[in-house]
Amino acid sequence: MLTAIITMAILAAIFGGLLGYVAIKFHIEGDPVVDQIDSILPQTQCGQCSFPGCRPYAEAIAKGEADINQCPPGGESTIIALADLLGLDPKPLNPENGIEEDIKTVVYIDEQVCIGCTLCIQACPVDAILGAAKQMHTVITDECTGCDLCIPPCPVECIHIIPVKQDISTWKWPRPASPVASPQSLPETDA
Amino acid sequence: MTMPYKLWSFHGGLHLPGHKDISTQQPSGAVFIPRRLVLPLQQHIGEPAEPAVKIGERVLGGQIIAYANGYVSVPLHAPTSGTISDISEQKAPHPSNLKTRCIILETDGKDEWCELEPISNYQKLDPSALRNRIRDAGIVGLGGAGFPSFIKLNPGSRTVVDQLVINAAECEPYISCDDQLMREQPGEILQGIQIMQHALQARLCIIGIEDNKPEAYKALQQAISELNIDTIQLIRIPTIYPTGGEKQLIKVLTGKESPSNGLPLDIGVVCHNVATAASIYAAINLGKPLVSRLVTLTGDGIKNPRNHQVLIGTPIDEWIKHNGGYEPGVNQLIMGGPMMGFNLETDQVPIIKTSNCILALCEPETHPPAVPCIRCGACMDVCPANLLPQQLYWQAFASDFDKIQDYNLFDCIECGCCSYVCPSQIPLVQYYRFAKTEIWAMERDKRKSDQARQRHEFRLERLEKEKQERAERMRKKKAALNANKSASSKDDSKKQAIEAALARVRDKKKQANTEIRNTDNLTADQQKKIDEIEFRRQQNSENPKT
Repeated sequence: MLTAIITMAILAAIFGGLLGYVAIKFHIEGDPVVDQIDSILPQTQCGQCSFPGCRPYAEAIAKGEADINQCPPGGESTIIALADLLGLDPKPLNPENGIEEDIKTVVYIDEQVCIGCTLCIQACPVDAILGAAKQMHTVITDECTGCDLCIPPCPVECIHIIPVKQDISTWKWPRPASPVASPQSLPETDA
Repeated sequence: MTMPYKLWSFHGGLHLPGHKDISTQQPSGAVFIPRRLVLPLQQHIGEPAEPAVKIGERVLGGQIIAYANGYVSVPLHAPTSGTISDISEQKAPHPSNLKTRCIILETDGKDEWCELEPISNYQKLDPSALRNRIRDAGIVGLGGAGFPSFIKLNPGSRTVVDQLVINAAECEPYISCDDQLMREQPGEILQGIQIMQHALQARLCIIGIEDNKPEAYKALQQAISELNIDTIQLIRIPTIYPTGGEKQLIKVLTGKESPSNGLPLDIGVVCHNVATAASIYAAINLGKPLVSRLVTLTGDGIKNPRNHQVLIGTPIDEWIKHNGGYEPGVNQLIMGGPMMGFNLETDQVPIIKTSNCILALCEPETHPPAVPCIRCGACMDVCPANLLPQQLYWQAFASDFDKIQDYNLFDCIECGCCSYVCPSQIPLVQYYRFAKTEIWAMERDKRKSDQARQRHEFRLERLEKEKQERAERMRKKKAALNANKSASSKDDSKKQAIEAALARVRDKKKQANTEIRNTDNLTADQQKKIDEIEFRRQQNSENPKT
């Protein structure tokens, strides 16, 4: 009887120690769910979700403080992916946050009009605008996420939204027309 | 005389009417030089080439006009002599009907060429040097996909390749340019194959040719015996569409299955097209880069169907006019064959390296509207890639792009067999193409969002660092200010400071008094000299005029 108790006590001590050690050794900083949510979000950093960037929104979703339907750039596919990840029901995009645009856009600075005030540079969340005080500014199109945050601060309204140029390498085959539900013109069965 | 050769078969496939005879009735003839050539910078898979010429520059035939840009890229050569008139966006033969960057060459009709550098003895050349020559000649796979050939001639980590398979199947209806090439230039093809064998260090080569090309078979067989080649085997294979698919042909000839998401090289086999072999012969033995190719012009909408040697960049409308024009009532123009080709919206686009056929039809196969799938499974029976076309269709229809990849969408070769047999006329291949480009777009978006996240995080980090630095500066300034303030507020310290200053002044004065002068301790000699000088000075001041 005593041996059994002692054995169990020793085993409990060993495993307890092991668990304690592992908990410290393999401790994960931060919330892995936030990373997963963040990787689904489109990273435009536009703030349309009412949070200052994608990561804060991801943190809010993880805490349950924000809904999954507040990201207009991500649109339906992002909502579905978030619902999938978090085991929630997908819901339509909240119109208060904006509407999903079909066409991707970037901004373009009219260099003739730009006065070089650097306000847009400070507003850009991904450092995609190049320039210096009293020097002409320009947008690095490849880095621009189309968040349009640089437009309100511009004092001379020289920033314009342009659609992303489509070329042969980014062209997509269109979706074929859906089959006709009621087959009135069914051909002869000799095919 | 031919040894019995065991053939395998692949799953599915179709027997299709060939329509090939109509375009093989006359010899391929002399090359036609149009007034103007439109040369897209991207005619191959990979990075587009980078222009090497300026507008207004005169170029000679065979001269490089655009450099390869990156590893998966090949240069572009001037097909004939002339002047570069423009480098601009022009319509290219592509299903999107979008514009792409092109070099425009106004030809002068003289067809003057730069000096070519043939290699007389390629066997002495290192395989890698040989591959570079093939790359410099701008050679890409002429069977259709246009992958740079020098990459496919690299055995990679393997030092040798078991078998080189030469694709002479040309299985798609209407297309006959490879057939004609084999009839007319069998020797060139065989020598090109030998060069490929050297580059790949492949001992054995099998040419797979469909049994609907008896003349081509005979010509190749004769050339093999004339050249006395014992490492190349010519095999006749049954005519089933799509035997000309790379993986299907390898299966038929060797019995080996190419891995899903892998290359034939993974199973020790490399496959090239016959036309590529002929162009490699021209590049090495004649030093001539890829500037023209044999193209089939056919269909019931063409007055004079034939195969014709065409310069790369030749506008299709001008070429067709040169060959007699259209029949009245033509209403469909296809680049490629009827199964895998795509509709051209306009004939004002150029022939590029991968164009093998221009098909003009008077009565296009009218597509009745698609009706719902009846789950008959006919598509599955004919699929040569052993896929489940119906499942792929459902997933594409529902835009479930994760699941569709579980059904190996990317193993689909878009041969069109499933659409051909579908009793509901569902354009199945269109759905797969749609799904593929959607998935590629999603992958691009994912890369872009990762990049944006990285940049945003870097920016936040930078702002935080700047803020800290500013705070640090402020803190230091404040501390210094505080120190000064506290010093001035105390009288003792002020007095001390004055005292210290006075002491410093006193010290300085003392030092000045005790300073050693160079007129002290003079020797008698020096004193005498000084006295003399003083005396002269006095005299001078008395008589200033002297």
